[in-house]
Amino acid sequence: MTGGEYVAAAYGVVFVFLLVYVAIIAAKLVRLQRDTAELLELARRREHPDA
Amino acid sequence: MSSAFLRIQGLPALAVLAAGLMGLALLLSFFIAPEDGDQGISQRIFYIHVPIALTAYFCFGLGAWKALLLLWRGDERHDLESYVAIHQGTIFGTLTLITGAIWARASWGVWWSWDSNQLVLFLTLFLFYCAYFMLRFSLPEGPRRARSSAVYALFGVALIPVSFLAIRLAEDFIHPTTFTRDGPQMTGTMFAAFCVSWAAVTLLAYVLYRVELVGKRLHTDLRELREALE
Repeated sequence: MTGGEYVAAAYGVVFVFLLVYVAIIAAKLVRLQRDTAELLELARRREHPDA
Repeated sequence: MSSAFLRIQGLPALAVLAAGLMGLALLLSFFIAPEDGDQGISQRIFYIHVPIALTAYFCFGLGAWKALLLLWRGDERHDLESYVAIHQGTIFGTLTLITGAIWARASWGVWWSWDSNQLVLFLTLFLFYCAYFMLRFSLPEGPRRARSSAVYALFGVALIPVSFLAIRLAEDFIHPTTFTRDGPQMTGTMFAAFCVSWAAVTLLAYVLYRVELVGKRLHTDLRELREALE
């Protein structure tokens, strides 16, 4: 490997780590959104039990 | 004003600032800073490796500070803050070890050197904080877990100055010393590129810390809301 390739590898690793981190945060956001929707449904059913 | 609003207030602006600083850091590191006469292009790893390592120390230090606040004031919100800071520290610690190994391979021809006290002490610090998660998740959630985790996090902070100063204490000449008593051993533009990179990585870590904290607090809030509704 050349020096330039080592530099690209070092910066690339950091970039990939950041991408993975963002993907994990996005997955958690989706889960939070799903939980919020479930709780909203639960609250609505409590408010209008006959609906 | 809701508490959720207070939690994310200023966060988008900080994220934009971090992204801008990161772009500026890359520009300075690759196009403005001159190439090192000794190491050549591989020296440019310095502009990402050292700021990441310093940020890892900062995150571990922040985790210990939050742990101290928990033990001192007894406010349980510091437990989550300490945990998230140490989590960020291990992420940046992993990146320090990987980028350091790549730089070592480019400069010394080996991925790792057990002869360098600084490397071994950083690995010790990193593994110590990895074990923090084993301790934390082996205990049931509650004040006991919070206090035990805080005490462990505080013990680890003693390793930070030792790890940081190891190269000078042990007179180890394998790992390069860039900052001496005579100041930084580099040109002005190299030092500027380093400072901007350091600011960018530290701000990025702080934004990630805040984002993770908001996510975890939202999760806790939703769990409590579910318990109240069911």
